[in-house]
Amino acid sequence: MVGRILLVEDEANIVEALRFILSREGWDVQGHGNGSSAVDEIARLNPDVVVLDVMLPGRSGLDILRDLRADTATEHLPVLMLTAKGQAKDRDMAMTLGANAFLTKPFSNTELVETLRGMAPATEE
Amino acid sequence: MATQSPPTRRGPLTGNRIRERRLLAGLKQAELADRVGISASYLNLIEHNRRRIGGKLLNDLARALDVEPAALSEGADAAVRLSLEAAVQSLPDPGVTRVGAAPELDQIDELSARYPGWTALITAQDRRITALEATIEGLRDRLAHDPALADAMHEVLSSVAAIRTTADILVREADIDPAWRGRFHRNMHEEAERLSARATGLLDTFEVPGGSDAVIRPVERVEAMFDAAGHHFPEIEDGGRAAIPDVLDRAPELVDEDCRALAEDWLGSYARDADVLPMGPFLAEAQDAGFDPARISAHSSEDFARVLRRMATLPASLDRPNFGLAIVDATGAVLFRRRNAGFSLPRYGAGCPRWPVYRALSRVGQPDEVEVILSGHARFKTWSIAHPVAQLGFGAAPLVQATMLIRNLAPDAPDGAAAPLEVGPDCPTCRTSPHIPRQ
Repeated sequence: MVGRILLVEDEANIVEALRFILSREGWDVQGHGNGSSAVDEIARLNPDVVVLDVMLPGRSGLDILRDLRADTATEHLPVLMLTAKGQAKDRDMAMTLGANAFLTKPFSNTELVETLRGMAPATEE
Repeated sequence: MATQSPPTRRGPLTGNRIRERRLLAGLKQAELADRVGISASYLNLIEHNRRRIGGKLLNDLARALDVEPAALSEGADAAVRLSLEAAVQSLPDPGVTRVGAAPELDQIDELSARYPGWTALITAQDRRITALEATIEGLRDRLAHDPALADAMHEVLSSVAAIRTTADILVREADIDPAWRGRFHRNMHEEAERLSARATGLLDTFEVPGGSDAVIRPVERVEAMFDAAGHHFPEIEDGGRAAIPDVLDRAPELVDEDCRALAEDWLGSYARDADVLPMGPFLAEAQDAGFDPARISAHSSEDFARVLRRMATLPASLDRPNFGLAIVDATGAVLFRRRNAGFSLPRYGAGCPRWPVYRALSRVGQPDEVEVILSGHARFKTWSIAHPVAQLGFGAAPLVQATMLIRNLAPDAPDGAAAPLEVGPDCPTCRTSPHIPRQ
């Protein structure tokens, strides 16, 4: 297993497609579609990487990222933000708040897989 | 050789314009001369610019040719020149057009004298382009800052992302399980349906009643309605507020409820003014005062802004000067305007901050009378005043509007006591000196 990844995304069809391709890459894939309980879910699942959408029901992905960076337990947790094309201000804000990477929707699967490979925890030889 | 000053260079063209208009009307010199009570030989001298005319004779010729006097005078020419120059300045590179030839700036006078219709078309198109650019600017601003639109865009792009990701799997993954394949096909179908609904919803946020004319804002339609009526509504003069619904019903410019509501507001204001200052006595007073609102105001305690508005509603059939009107709010945005020859504060973009209507905003309640000269050519007399539009009280936001009446002055009108104030047509094309920071 490459590591555990949590997809915080409310579009069920995106979650299902990403679950399929990332599982094939060796990730343990979990999904969560609600912004207001996302921080608790991250604490419960303790993922190695989080893919976090900016726009979520209940709470913004940017607010969730801010909480993660303010908590010593998650301040270094690798986070890939998903923003919508054309919303440069979201991307700038995500990077300011400490996102490790971002992709704009619509993204290609190859692009996503490559980006996450670079964020995967180091494996012990 | 020294260059000639503008008035000398531009002076002779009144005669050319009279000649053009006479030929367009199919009149012989003798016929026109007879109608205005002068000899054909004298008219010949005028048409060849060997006699300068103005005042009554210019008005008589205009009436005989069925045109506004301003269309024959040099003030109108200055206005046309400014409009054409503004059209040239609005090009990204004024020296080059798409057809390769640069505009012949030195032949503007000839163009406007020989082809008044084409000149009007060019200036109308330039105004429309400016309005459309302002609309685009507004939409761009909305795209960047409207949270509801950002949400709608995000939803559409999320659907596109789901379809793209799923399609990518179906195309690239050769050994995909048939059960998964069927599931992804269903997801694609479901997401395509959702995308269709979301995209339609997104387009609805831009849909405005009025079809292809949607880019024309209600205020412009209401202005067009007032322009069509010459800013004078005899039914309201006679019948007051009760006549407003009839006026609204027969105005083809009012295509939707927004236009109608705005027009009703402005006609309501018109009716209140007509009620306080009935046209009969007001007209007599205006004629006695030489159509000078300051003199009218000196003999009455009436609200000066109301006097200015009333001057802009005098019937067109009278032998009277042409008046324009502008009402702006405290941000300088033009709420209402009546254009006249040579004067048109831009509704969009940057107006010239030197216009007296703007300086009136800093001196609420103090009337201002000043002569202005527009880009060194056209002369106007202006009267302005700013006034609160809501009851002022402790802690209340001070809502203020300023009203300015504009009267064209003939080029040979006697100079006023004070030097005229130099103003520009708008900020980006202003050439007044000394230069101030421009937008």
